[in-house]
Formats: sequence, structure tokens, C-alpha cells
Amino acid sequence: MEFIKPDIHINFVGLRKIGYLVSGALIAITFVLLIARGGPNYGVDFAGGVLIQVRFNQQVTTHEIRDALRAIAMGDSFIQRFGEKDESEYLIRVSRGDIELSGLDKEVNQALNSAFGEQNVEVRRVEMVGPKIGKDLTEKALFAIFYAMLFMVIYISGRFEYKWTVSIIMAASLAFGAYIVASVGLSVLWLIAVALLITIGMCWFLKLEYALGAIIALFHDVIITMGAFALTDREITLPIVAALLTIVGYSLNDTIVVFDRIRENFRRYRGRNLPELINRSINETLSRTVLTSVTTLIVVVCLFILGGGVIHDFAFALLIGVIVGTYSSIFVASPILLLWSGTQWEAGGAQSKRRGKKR
Amino acid sequence: MSKKLKWRGLIVLVVLVIALIYLLPSLSTTLPAWWPNILPEDKIHLGLDLKGGMHLILEVQVQKAVESHLERMVEDIKQSLRKAKIRYQELKRSGPDRIELILLRREDIKAVEEMASDTFSDMSVEIGSLSEGLPRVELILSQQAQHHIKKMAVDQAVETITNRIDQFGVTEPDIRPQGMDRILVQLPGIKDTQRAIDLLGKTAQLEFKLVDEENSVEEALKGTIPPGDEILYQMKGEAGYQTKIPFLLKKRAVLTGEYLTDARVQIDSQYNEPYVSLTFDSRGARLFEQITGANIKKRLAIVLDNVVNSAPVIQDRIAGGRAQITGRFTMEEAKDLAIVLRAGALPAPVKIIEERTVGPSLGKDSIDKGLKATLIGGLIVILFMAFYYKFAGILADLALLLNMVLIGAGLAFFGATLTLPGIAGVILIIGMAVDANVLIFERIREELRLGKTPRAAVDGGYSKALSTVLDANITTLIAALVLFQFGTGPVKGFAVTLSIGIIASLFTAIVITRLIFDYLIIERGWRKISI
Repeated sequence: MEFIKPDIHINFVGLRKIGYLVSGALIAITFVLLIARGGPNYGVDFAGGVLIQVRFNQQVTTHEIRDALRAIAMGDSFIQRFGEKDESEYLIRVSRGDIELSGLDKEVNQALNSAFGEQNVEVRRVEMVGPKIGKDLTEKALFAIFYAMLFMVIYISGRFEYKWTVSIIMAASLAFGAYIVASVGLSVLWLIAVALLITIGMCWFLKLEYALGAIIALFHDVIITMGAFALTDREITLPIVAALLTIVGYSLNDTIVVFDRIRENFRRYRGRNLPELINRSINETLSRTVLTSVTTLIVVVCLFILGGGVIHDFAFALLIGVIVGTYSSIFVASPILLLWSGTQWEAGGAQSKRRGKKR
Repeated sequence: MSKKLKWRGLIVLVVLVIALIYLLPSLSTTLPAWWPNILPEDKIHLGLDLKGGMHLILEVQVQKAVESHLERMVEDIKQSLRKAKIRYQELKRSGPDRIELILLRREDIKAVEEMASDTFSDMSVEIGSLSEGLPRVELILSQQAQHHIKKMAVDQAVETITNRIDQFGVTEPDIRPQGMDRILVQLPGIKDTQRAIDLLGKTAQLEFKLVDEENSVEEALKGTIPPGDEILYQMKGEAGYQTKIPFLLKKRAVLTGEYLTDARVQIDSQYNEPYVSLTFDSRGARLFEQITGANIKKRLAIVLDNVVNSAPVIQDRIAGGRAQITGRFTMEEAKDLAIVLRAGALPAPVKIIEERTVGPSLGKDSIDKGLKATLIGGLIVILFMAFYYKFAGILADLALLLNMVLIGAGLAFFGATLTLPGIAGVILIIGMAVDANVLIFERIREELRLGKTPRAAVDGGYSKALSTVLDANITTLIAALVLFQFGTGPVKGFAVTLSIGIIASLFTAIVITRLIFDYLIIERGWRKISI
């Protein structure tokens, strides 16, 4: 069986302007959403606070819960329906900065017990994160992102370009940048921003076009996934950061497969122009790209639908990430290779189209 | 069979047998009796989010330990000064790390310096400005000593909490220090979480303090607390409707919980109410006898964590070293109080700064739903592969199943913990593991289209796809390893299954399916492969 016929020839490079437009629009929407909401919607892991998951044995409305919580002056808590439709299960997020967090779950439990009857209330999960731990976890997550970036950049620039010296220079300049940021006393968020700028700058300067394409593609994927989270009002928690890093891995995985083929074809068909080689390579690997995406999507959709409430957002992140990652390796990463000497290839591209027709 | 093929077959066989041996204890409930003697019997650990239970991070208020050390030092210095016949106006702790001493004569400064270097070597003496014309000296605790006290406080707190949990009865608790001043406590399967929190969080500082009978509480409440005294309260009534009764007490505790050897719950025969009976060691008993003998008709307050429990009037000298704490306890409260008193006081108060509790029913739900998603997702992928690649697809499916076995065995072998995100990792691996085979199969198809023989196509397909397969998996492995390093609890579980899964899928895709292809083509002489 074949989904994609071997002789398929779609002019992806020709479609790249549409790709840029779509990607640009999605990223712009993400930024608008994030700015409008005053930054990502951080969960208790990072923002601190108390999260309580309660199941009721009877149908209860958000309104009734709010009334019950008003008795202990927590009527402004965030209350959200959770899990399957037929179950009366809720997430209650209490965030009151002025009081001691520990013991808060007990108070909420008592308030719910007295409102709905003790036998009807089951507290299934409590997550209390103090401000200090929240700060620690944020730092840890950001460091994880930084180191993942560092190692990936080293690996990509070394492996793709067969220039391990270059990748050592890259690592050294990143480490130097990190040292400067740390010694000035800036936060980890700045560290990541600086590292990103250094990486892109170095890629540009050292003409590491493959590495640049891969890195832009993976940031593209992560940003758009964040946008999907902002759009659907989901919280960024620790497992979501894990999902984002997994998306980074997956996105690179997809990009690498296409890039490997471009490199191989580049050696085989010396002298042909780049747009044609890129098109050829994307088409040759298209069957694999689609197939892997399909199998991965099958399992992620299963997880999303059947995995239960606790893992729902995690599965959602993976779902968006896999879709966007597949798209970006075709429409974003590869055409970026053309950005280098754009006009030169443009002319070549026109030629190749004509040649393609003649064949 | 060719020699090379035989060797590869043997390696695969050995790996699979070892994997099965590690996996079996987790799958079977009844192992043969001889099994644990020679073979591993560890099951795959389930994380708290699957098993249900409580995860806490406590912060030991180590600064308090330093402060109470300084308070004790004040008493010691007082005695030394008395012995050396040095008179002073004031001696008190004046900061987080220092004691202030105001002398009457300048000449005594030298004597104090000598005393400090002889007896209190971890304190340095600093001569301060005059205080209303009198010489002022500050004794400062060295950084090193502070550090030592803090470390000791955390160590002792871990020990005390471990004792309490052991007596409370939790299976497989995990209690360990974390960083400078934190303690990680994991209590799997615990149901009454609030009770556990109360049990852990209580400092359980038991003190006996004399009531100041010469001065009135009313006067003290107005603001003039006599020197050496303090006001503490007794709580009366039900929760929510409590009244506070003030007591004026001598600040110095005449006896503390340190001298306890035992604390037990007993039932009062008259009112049928539980109380906690205390037994002191011989030193404590002697002290108790002295104090009661010297203070007949005065009141002695029993103070627990700075709250007055009761303040009975001493009727007579009490010998034998026994006392009791009464109150309107429930049986459970009395039991827990006995536990914390027996286990000893925490060297400093602790504060809960992170709590994550998962109820047993939610844990079970998560396992059920996770398994369901894995099974259904896996089944669809298996059918899809068999449908798309025919025979080769079935090979990939076989690889997938072996992959699952290897992941399970890997978890058992490394003693890793399976968490809910970990299950998600397994599901993700199902989708991604076939990727390696897809890459290879697509290459073989390409080679076949070029008109190569099956043998050449398989050879070419594997060798050409290999570098891509490795590249693609290494990037995900990098992400997984970074997550492992920086992740906590559940996320770490995800990183572990992902890493093991990637390595396992490389093995099954590159070694096992290849072996079967080679066997069929070289040994069985297949002329055509269905792919």
C-alpha cells in the first residue's frame, strides 16, 4: 500500500511564500494573544498557589461551588470543569497571595463538605506549591530549555555541517554568553534570549544554513504550541514544559530526515540548483514524513481522548507539536536554506521549473 | 546458518531472555520459591501519581535552630560570668547571630575576651560602642558554627520525621534531605493526609514552665512584662469558637521533652477520656522531683509548641518521674501526640512549601485510562503497519512488542519509577518506534524500485537509513536526558521511559528486524519480500 506515490512531485519550494505567510500569521497571533493576556498562563507549578481536584457525587454547578467558597472568603477562586462530561468533577485553583498556603486545601475541603455533605465530596488531588518552590521550578524548567538548546545546537552544527570545530566554537561562545549573563545577574529568561540570539547570529555568520533552518523551525513549533495553549486557555505546568522539549526533539527529528536527504542529493546531483534539490528531497521523504506523523498522531490522539483529565493538556501539547512539527520541516526549515543567496536561487528556481516541464 | 548470523541471533536471544527475567516479577503475582534467590525480584515502581499518596517538601527553619542555640548560649554565658565574678547589666541575644553583653566596668572586657577564647571558641568578641556610658560587647557566632548548627538541624529533623512516620505506619516512605534546608517526604498510599501533615509539621517542643505567681497577668497584658517572663495562651473550646486564656510564665523551662523516655496513650478511668502519660529518664525524674518539691502550691504549666496545655497546681513533691498531659483529646489526637513526643522534638520548626497529594481512586483511574490509551493506540498502529507494509509491517509490529518488553525490563533493571507522564512516554514511543522501521522500509522500497534484488535492497536500505535513524533518535534522546537532569518526579518518569524507549527502538529496528530479514533472504532464499 502507498499513500504517497513514488513519482510525486509537489513544488514545495514554490509554495514557500504561502508557508511563510501562514507561519508568520500564526506566530503573530501567538504574540498578540500572549501580550493581551500579559504573558503565558502559568500553572501552580510556576506561579505558586493551590490546585484542588474535587469530585462530587451529585451534579454541582460552578456557581454553587463559588457560593460555598465565598463562606471562607475564597469566592474569587478559579473554578473549572474537569474530565468527562458525565462526571461532576472540578478543578479549583486558589491563589491568595496574602495568606499561608499550607492548610488551605483543608479549609476548602471543609467548606465544600459543609455545603454539599461530606459523603458527596471527594478531594482527589491537591497540589500546593509555595512561592519559593515555584521560583525554583521556574528556574529549573528554564535551565532545562537552555541546556536542551545548547546540546541540540552543538549536535546539529556538528552533525549537519560535519564541522565539529565549528560546533565547539559555537558551544564556547554560548558558554561565554551564559557566563556574561550570569555575571551581570540577569535572570534565566534573559539567558535563553541571549543564547538564542548568539545561536542565530553565529549560524548566520558561520554560514551554518542547515543548523539555522533547524533551529528556526523548532522555535517556530514551540511558539505556535504556546499560542495554541494561550488560545485554549490552558496552563503551562511542568509536564507541559516536558512536552515542549519533546516537541523540540520531534521537530528536529523530522527536519533532520529531510536535511539528510538534501545533503545526500546535493552530493549525488552536483551542479543542479538548490531549489530543485530541496524539492526533490522533500518529495522523496514525503512518504516517510506523512507515515511517521500518522502513526505518532494515532497514539497521541488516543492519549488525548482516552488518557484522562490529568494527562489531557500534555497530550494536547504533543498533538499540536506533532502537526506543526511536520508542517515546519517541509514548509519552514527547508526553504530557509534558500534565504542565503535568495535572488541567485530565485533565478535558478525559475529555470528548474522550465526544465521540469520539458522532462 | 552463516556464522555471523548465528552470533547476531545469539545476542538478540540473550538480550530478550534477560529482559524477560527482569520483567516477569512485575507481571506475575506468584513467582516460584527459588526465583528470588538467584534472579531479580524487583517490580516496576509506580510513582505517587499512579499509586496515590503524598509528596511533601518541608523547609526547616534553620535560622530558628541557630537562634535557639544562641538562647542556650546566653544561659551558659550567664553561668560562666557568675563563676568568673564578672558583673554585667544586660545579657541577651541581640540578632540572628549575636549576643549582646553590657558590662559595668571597662576592665572586664579583657576577662570576657579570655573567657570567650577559652570556653566559647566558636564565638568571636567584638567591642561595640558605649551603651549609656557602659561598655558593650558583642559575641558573634562564627559562620562555620552556624553552618554546622543548620546542618545538624536538618539531619536531626530527618531522623525525627523518619521516627514519627515509622511509628505512624506507612509502607515504603521516602524521607531525605534536599539541598541546604529542605526535606523531601514521600508517603505512598497514605489516606488521611491531613493527619500526616499534622504529625510531620508539629515541632513537639514540650516544656514545663513555672507560672509567675508574684506578678499579675493583667498587668503584664497591659505591656509591662516582668523581666524573665513571657505570656503564653491556653486554647479552650471547640475549633472556631476558641477562647484564649493568658498565662504569665517564667521564660526559662525547668524541664523539657528531652528528658522523656516514653509517652503512651492511656484511658482515664473516671471520664473515659484518653490522655498521654509521660515517663522521664533518671535525670529528668530527679529534676522533676526537685522542682515539684521546691514549688509546692504553685502552678506548673505544661507547654507544647508555645501553647499552654494545662497548668495544674503542684500538690506535693512528685517522685518516680511520671507526668501526664490531659485535655479533651480524641483517641487519634492522643495517639499522634504520644508519637511525636516519643519521636522527639524537631530541632527547629518546619514549614510545608510544596504538597502534592493524589487520592488512590485518581491514581487507579490514571493507570486504567493510561493502559487503555496505550492498548488502543498500540493496536491501531499495529494494524496500520501490517496493512501498509504487509509482511514487513508485521516484522515492525513484532519489533514494537519486543520494544515494550524492553522498556518494562529497563524500568525494572534501573529501578526507575513509572509515572503518568511516563505512560505517556511509552505511548509516544509506540508512535515513534515505528519511525525507525518506516525510514528503513521506505529506503528498501526505493531500492527495490531501482530494480535491485531483495538482498541488495535490504542491505542498501539499512545502510542508507542508518545515519538518518541515528540522527533522528539522538535529538530526542538529548531532550530526554536534559529532562531527566532537570525534571522532578513525574517529569523524570517521562524522561526515563522516553530514553529507554528510544534505545530499545534503535535495538529492535536496527538489529532485530534486520536479523529476521537476513535470515529469510540468506538462509531461506526468499526471492521476493512483501513490503
